[in-house]
Amino acid sequence: MQHSTGYIIGFSAAICVVCALLVSGSAVSLKPLQERNALVDKQKNILSVAGLMSSGETMTADEVQTLFADKIRPVVVDLESGDIDPDVDAASFDQRNAAKDPETSRAAPANASKILRVPYDGLVYEVVKDGAVQTLILPIEGMGLWSVLYGYLALDTDLTTIRGITFYEQGETAGLGGEVENPRWKALWPGRRAFDDRGNVKIQVKKGIAGPPATDPYEVDGLSGATLTSRGVTNMLRFWLGPDGFGPFIAQLRSDPSWTSVKGT
Amino acid sequence: MASKERETLLDPLINNNPIALQVLGLCSALAVTTKMETAFVMSLAVVAVTALSNLSISVIRNYIPSSIRIIVQLTIIASLVIVTDQVLKAFVFDISKQLSVFVGLIITNCIIMGRAEAFAMQNAPLPSFIDGIGNGLGYGLVLMLVAFMRELFGSGKVFGYTVLPLVTEGGWYQPNGMMLLAPGAFFLIGIFIWVIRSIRPEQVEEDFHVGALSEPGYEGSVR
Repeated sequence: MQHSTGYIIGFSAAICVVCALLVSGSAVSLKPLQERNALVDKQKNILSVAGLMSSGETMTADEVQTLFADKIRPVVVDLESGDIDPDVDAASFDQRNAAKDPETSRAAPANASKILRVPYDGLVYEVVKDGAVQTLILPIEGMGLWSVLYGYLALDTDLTTIRGITFYEQGETAGLGGEVENPRWKALWPGRRAFDDRGNVKIQVKKGIAGPPATDPYEVDGLSGATLTSRGVTNMLRFWLGPDGFGPFIAQLRSDPSWTSVKGT
Repeated sequence: MASKERETLLDPLINNNPIALQVLGLCSALAVTTKMETAFVMSLAVVAVTALSNLSISVIRNYIPSSIRIIVQLTIIASLVIVTDQVLKAFVFDISKQLSVFVGLIITNCIIMGRAEAFAMQNAPLPSFIDGIGNGLGYGLVLMLVAFMRELFGSGKVFGYTVLPLVTEGGWYQPNGMMLLAPGAFFLIGIFIWVIRSIRPEQVEEDFHVGALSEPGYEGSVR
């Protein structure tokens, strides 16, 4: 059947309009649910790195949100000075968005993690129990082999002992670098020490197998077949625990022995 | 259900399976079959997309100008895939995270366009819809079989429940790591096609030789 050019143009326009309505309608109407899912997913990761939720455990979205609101306190930190920034609302602050906005971030100094911009403010989480901070959770991010890995590092109140690590977003090779999400690898981290006695960042993912935390506190097993992802993890820890990341904040806390008591809540 | 419709639905499962006979849609069959759970959700997504795309294309088949029919089919399929992806993200977020790009890649799954072009363009909406479900199920069947073998022998689990306790977790089973890599799926699909064709020798293609394409009556397998 031959159709006129006008018919063909009209037909394709109609198809486009119908399809566009379908796509945008579903995107708009499902957006609130999706955003909640993404938030709950992030909160789950924070809870699991804090040790409040085991990896095999399943919780409903409501349980996650209740537990999160109950146990976790978000705090906005001025990265340069290391002070807590009271002007920013921690509940709505988004560090990843802040890092993209030229008004709330600066160009990062050259670094091995290929981080381009550092936000002025960072968002850390405190696990609070009976009015005292139990664990400090720092966001970490950096380049692996082909993707930026986003995750969290949990530190004990001595600000040196690692309590856990988790990655909530990564696009490394499944089965190799993607093993950063393997619970068995993550279980190697608790008990290791991030800083040496002089306060330098010393933790690293080594090539090969590290000893137990008691005798080999500064090293973690490398992921076999994923040297560059392993190195990426080391690099991002060096960056975010160092002077351009949360180094000043951690130094501030060290100088104030009473930092764990929660004030004004 | 009338016997013709039952045939449309069941035929693609074994007799005319899109993966085994037509050898279509292999790339995603490799990618999402390391676990049964992801394979199951992927199968459902493909069933939904093939059925709905066949249905909507069949409804408008008499109005589609033949000069732009491929791009019209693609537009419809692409829209349905995006909607499916959005629904998965909203309701089964964890699984959609694992499926990552592969839901989006349903667009490029040859089964869907193949059925739209080969069936929906010539048939009424209801048979087209059923044909879509049948082909989606045929794809899903292979996916689930492959995922079952890969998950069982690669991680000792079935649908996430431990069946063979692994050595690394204190059990006795030494997992076959190759099952979790893409070649494992190639071997399994190859064996699956071999088994089907041994049982039903009529599915074996005639030897391809130079000039076969121009011979009269050639309905070959190069797609």
